[in-house]
Amino acid sequence: MADPMRIRAQSQGGNAVVRVLMSHEMETGQRKDSAGKTIPAWHITNVTATHNGKPVLNAEWGPAVAKNPFLQFTVKGAKAGDKIAVTWKDNKGDTRTDEAAVS
Amino acid sequence: MRTSKIALAIALAGVAAGVAAQKSATQAIDEYRAMLADGNPADLFEAKGESLWKQKRGPKSASLEACDLGKGPGVVKGAFVELPRYFADTGKVQDLETRLITCMERLQGFNAAEIAKTPFGKGEMANVTALATFVAAESKGLPFNLPQAHPQEKTFYEAGKRLFFMRGGTHDFSCATCHGEDGKRIRLQDLPNLTKNPGDGVGFAAWPAYRVSNGQMWSMQLRLNDCYRQQRFPYPEFGSDALTALSTYLGVNAKGAKSAAPAIKR
Repeated sequence: MADPMRIRAQSQGGNAVVRVLMSHEMETGQRKDSAGKTIPAWHITNVTATHNGKPVLNAEWGPAVAKNPFLQFTVKGAKAGDKIAVTWKDNKGDTRTDEAAVS
Repeated sequence: MRTSKIALAIALAGVAAGVAAQKSATQAIDEYRAMLADGNPADLFEAKGESLWKQKRGPKSASLEACDLGKGPGVVKGAFVELPRYFADTGKVQDLETRLITCMERLQGFNAAEIAKTPFGKGEMANVTALATFVAAESKGLPFNLPQAHPQEKTFYEAGKRLFFMRGGTHDFSCATCHGEDGKRIRLQDLPNLTKNPGDGVGFAAWPAYRVSNGQMWSMQLRLNDCYRQQRFPYPEFGSDALTALSTYLGVNAKGAKSAAPAIKR
């Protein structure tokens, strides 16, 4: 199973700034290993975020995103104590969801 | 006479401009580092290490929570800033990584020699690096204070000092060639002077660290190996006394400096 994400959500002037660090190889499919064989693509294809269960973000990602991606976004009107959940799916069908409370 | 004065003034202006440009480049790097530090992926390895520490694993299905890192079984906080040190149960001076492998062998039943042979970033060795990141992070902000009471610890310090100044390889380099003076740089990287504080508090205190350029978590052993690679010198084996001696020398020199590990590096 995939490693956990680190999610920090801080309220800031009526909004919440969410910073997410995901653990993923993000292999592009363009690289070759030492034997000259192509390393198969393995990257996050979809990222979604919810605020108290209500979807607030839906992003399609590709191989151009860096290894161990860092994502920052602002949720309008999120208050301290609100729940922010982030989910990613990768092209191998693996998925991971983590949740954090706004502080 | 008059013209030479003007020429001198222009030359001085040129020097001043050069210094200003250099300073701004260093500042720009500092700003870049500050940006990277927010969201340091080392956090991910720290979280992984913490779960590995508590998880029941290995042939004996045990966790590492009884592992003695020098401050008693299970004490993690403050252990990193006192390593390498002498351990009575193995009769050896050990650094963090070799000590973790000792625990993995004794408590969990892993094969220590096999882990030591595993390349960095693969299999159980990747777990050792994550565990080291977790243990180091628990001591963040604490001052280095390596014990030097045991005769072996003193021997390792002296041996490490010799290795630090030993020149070899095709370039006839020693560690001290780059890290023995203040204010040296390789391209835009400032090189800390590792023979004294605060230099060592910057250099030694920052590993394990995440390297952005290759997206890998680097342990101290791997960092020292990379220094030897740059010297065009064969790597000492993983967990060899040579690397522990070097770490002891650097760690003792860093006395009083606050640990910044796990850090982030370009």
